[in-house]
Amino acid sequence: MNTQKTPTPSTAQAQSPMGEAWRMFRRDHAAMAGLLVLMLVLIAGLAGPYVYSGDPFEMVWAPFTTPGTDGFVLGTDYLGRDLLVMLIHGARVSIAIGLSAAFLTVVIGITVGALAGFYRGWVEELLMRLTEFFQVLPTLLFSMVIVALFGASLPMITLAIGIVSWPPVARITRAEFMRIRELEYVTAARACGVSNVKIILQVILPNALPPIIVQAALMVGSAILFEAGLSFLGLTDPNVVSWGQIIGSNRQYILDSSYTVTIPGLAIFVTVLAISLVGDGLNDALNPKLRKR
Amino acid sequence: MTFLRATFFRSLYAILLLIAVLVLNFSMMHMAPGDVADTIAQSMGGADPEIMAQIRADYGLDQPFLIQLATYVGKVLNFDLGFSFFYNQPVVSLILERLPATLLLVLGAQLLALTLGVVLGVISARNPNGMTSHLVTGLALFGYAAPVFWTGILCLIAFSLHLGWFPTSGMRDVTVAGGGWAKLLDIAHHAVLPIITLCSVYLALYSRLCRTAMLEVLGSDYVRTAKAKGLSARQVVYKHALKNAVSPVITLAGLQFSAVISGAVLVEAVYSWPGLGTLAFQSIIARDTPTILGILFFSALVVIVGNLLTDIALRLVDPRVGGKQ
Repeated sequence: MNTQKTPTPSTAQAQSPMGEAWRMFRRDHAAMAGLLVLMLVLIAGLAGPYVYSGDPFEMVWAPFTTPGTDGFVLGTDYLGRDLLVMLIHGARVSIAIGLSAAFLTVVIGITVGALAGFYRGWVEELLMRLTEFFQVLPTLLFSMVIVALFGASLPMITLAIGIVSWPPVARITRAEFMRIRELEYVTAARACGVSNVKIILQVILPNALPPIIVQAALMVGSAILFEAGLSFLGLTDPNVVSWGQIIGSNRQYILDSSYTVTIPGLAIFVTVLAISLVGDGLNDALNPKLRKR
Repeated sequence: MTFLRATFFRSLYAILLLIAVLVLNFSMMHMAPGDVADTIAQSMGGADPEIMAQIRADYGLDQPFLIQLATYVGKVLNFDLGFSFFYNQPVVSLILERLPATLLLVLGAQLLALTLGVVLGVISARNPNGMTSHLVTGLALFGYAAPVFWTGILCLIAFSLHLGWFPTSGMRDVTVAGGGWAKLLDIAHHAVLPIITLCSVYLALYSRLCRTAMLEVLGSDYVRTAKAKGLSARQVVYKHALKNAVSPVITLAGLQFSAVISGAVLVEAVYSWPGLGTLAFQSIIARDTPTILGILFFSALVVIVGNLLTDIALRLVDPRVGGKQ
């Protein structure tokens, strides 16, 4: 399916590749809007608790206070907790899990994919069988079991998400490594006696990164959705507030107050949407071949 | 002949893969703190060490790990997934009992998504700047970014609570008596919202992929030839191009098998749909080890069989597939 052609050398341009990618990215209005939204979520998560302080678990007012009344911008939930405070604290969890799980995913994926794509032979056979094996596992179900059995702490949730999410990254990395290792500059490096480790890390990996970066960006979004799903089901650290958990705990009361469910959901939706727009923008900016489209 | 041989080796490999899944799941459950005896004792409100030892002996938990593992794998290969103490029922019959509900949900959603996705994809590929094209882009973004349980709750709020068109939960209405058509209609009525919710995820994937594939195919030489020999645009699209454009969509649909039960868990949780997802969730919360292991095994089985079927379907649709292997 992947019809990959060898890249044609572009006409010399007096600009660094990253600079050019940024120029491309900046022209993409949707991606820039996504980036802006992400910045806002990040700022809300990092600085929010200091600007709008409060304990997300504390009952502060009558339950089901509708948004905008009595000074509560987003109202209160079924236990009378301030929804805005909960959302701000939830942003921290979503971002933290999203980033760390995506990082774990990418690290496992790159390691497996790079070794498979570089060494080929039985190493590749073994690692790709391993990848296939992990793709057979039912993602959400498997991580539900991990979290339920080994304790619902944030590191465990991160691990549970990372373990089931890495195969696509490994596949992409492997494909890139297989393509690049045949290129002339790799042969040249090898002829100069560069060690395999150096070839993998310093010669091939930097050139294989663009599609992996795009995938990693999307992984952040998937991990946020994943965490939201787990916490919606109640499989989450009871000592922190997260967006999915707010929805899960309030969903019996949608007859009384639908906003306690719609608002946190909107937060997840907007954040993941922003990430996906940024991902699309990165894809266009980092894959010069696609720019013509 | 090569087709048969390839299928044979793939099946053999599939069985090995299944055993590997069994080993991993079983080891994982074994590594977790606490065991079946603890759970049973807990549900009885405590038990003295003698009874605990008795339970462990009954379940073979006093045996060394490798023997337990071998016994379990041997049993599973004989289609015995053990006995659920939580539901007081063999796990196999438990799974088979819940399977139809999930099948209805998942197959309904898949069929709806495939049909709508291909139709939307083709229409938008024929007119890349039209309304449908923007709709597909919007759908794709929404389907990716919206958490499926949230979509489900939004549908509930809109169509059940406010409009009152559909029931809020479950699969049957106790007030609807009798079997036959009344029963079927009742189930269908309950199934509409869950199917639409689950469909929203797949539809986003399929419509976007179908549009991309169709655009690519429409630009190829043989389509130009077909046009040049004077075929109508309709014939070119539906008779010549569609067949090639649809094969990546089939591949993707096949890959979704891995998400079948996973996806169903969240949708079933929203609508209290009595399927495998709900069973999985309840057994995980209750730490009903045999049921958890059974469902994990069953979903791996579904994925592997699904991959085999996809492979065969692809070979049938696209003769180029399989020739190289």
